[in-house]
Amino acid sequence: MNFDWAIIQMAAPLLLQGTMMTLKIGAVAAVLGLAGGIVLGLLSLGGWPLVRFLVRAYVDFIRGTPLLIQIFIVFFGLPVMGLRLGEFWAGVIALSLNCAGYVAEVVRGTVGSVEKGQTEAAMSIGMTRGKILMYILLPQSFRPMVPALTNDLITLLKNTSLLSVISVYELTRSGQAIIASHFVPLEIFTLLAIYYYVIISSLSYASRVLERRLPQW
Amino acid sequence: MNAKTVRTPLLSVRDLRKSFGDREILKGISFDLMAGETMVLIGPSGSGKTTVLRCLNHLEEPSGGAVMLDGETVGGSFIGTGGAFVPAGARELAEQRRKFGFVFQRFNLFPHLTAVQNVAIGPRKVLGLSRAEAEARAERELNRVSLADHMHKRPSQLSGGQQQRVAIARALAMEPSLILFDEPTSALDPELVQEVLDVMRELALEGMTMIVVTHEMTFARQVADRLIFMADGYIVEEGAPEDIFTAPRQEKTQNFLKHVLHR
Repeated sequence: MNFDWAIIQMAAPLLLQGTMMTLKIGAVAAVLGLAGGIVLGLLSLGGWPLVRFLVRAYVDFIRGTPLLIQIFIVFFGLPVMGLRLGEFWAGVIALSLNCAGYVAEVVRGTVGSVEKGQTEAAMSIGMTRGKILMYILLPQSFRPMVPALTNDLITLLKNTSLLSVISVYELTRSGQAIIASHFVPLEIFTLLAIYYYVIISSLSYASRVLERRLPQW
Repeated sequence: MNAKTVRTPLLSVRDLRKSFGDREILKGISFDLMAGETMVLIGPSGSGKTTVLRCLNHLEEPSGGAVMLDGETVGGSFIGTGGAFVPAGARELAEQRRKFGFVFQRFNLFPHLTAVQNVAIGPRKVLGLSRAEAEARAERELNRVSLADHMHKRPSQLSGGQQQRVAIARALAMEPSLILFDEPTSALDPELVQEVLDVMRELALEGMTMIVVTHEMTFARQVADRLIFMADGYIVEEGAPEDIFTAPRQEKTQNFLKHVLHR
């Protein structure tokens, strides 16, 4: 086997452009996905049964269908709805919607696992459901949420590679472009793997630092 | 205090019932409690004492019967005379619930808040006091349970006895009409029991209305104005503690007291 080192030298800087796009998509989708997921998670803990059911149904749909299909549905669905946002935003929206579904489950699960006595004590001083959530349960949930949310963000970052199918020029797509013109798939895919690994390792590291910094009682 | 407030009960409980599935835990409990009275509930485990307390402030939804606090039906109201029962909304129920202080067996302090924040959060977020007012009140109540020196510690830095006293201060800070104590010393190491009982005795002397579920018979005998002995979901015997301890009339009471007093 001969591994073409010259190609690696040529491709490494070229892939940086795709890396920037991947990071950009990941960051925007992470913010939207986290925000949406937290809202959905809180709604699924709230007092409106119909809303709880709708959130449940949404989470079920997200978990029960492949992301690739979800991406296509958003990509082809948005123009039908009259929204011509381009492939970048179609991709970001698809990933955000997907991420939000998983984050909602993490929020619901973590907040729901705070000891029952906490809710009862808060009820006994006259707090209503919303206040109990806001002042008692959520503050105690941040730290235990971090590892699970990190997993969701790691998955999100890896999933950005699927956007190559709708021609978003992210890391994987930029690699494929090089492969197409030079036919060096092994070298480039190996390089891509390393790029993703470095990005995701940094994220894991940041998450561990954050978890240590968050107060524990 | 005028004659009327002395004569009308602060709390009236009528035919209170509770079932969990097929299991009937409370089979019709009725009693009245005057303002300033300390009532102690004793009885074997599983007799329903804790469930009575939890049904009073609707931590458990009663299956039947009525709880009246200050003339108001807790958890709902009857429209007109003999009219339909309308359950209270969440907001209304929360409003009524805070008139019952509740002290839990396992303290249930908020671990992410310091002692003073634990006590202040109710006045602040429920009663709408300003931060300064709420903290001033919290400091006053912590002083009352002799914890002024531990104000800024978190629950995990306090002993069990200190935690339970913070919990009592948290209940007091809401200025409740009465306080319910659910086996407040059962989770404590023996050497920490007394400090909590002392605080409760002090409150009783100050005229706080209290219902206490406990296995501390000395406390029951010395502090209770009235004693209720429960077994199998019923009130078996009720009266002055001295009478019940020295001359129990019912066989169940006699057996129970024989067990707990001659350990």
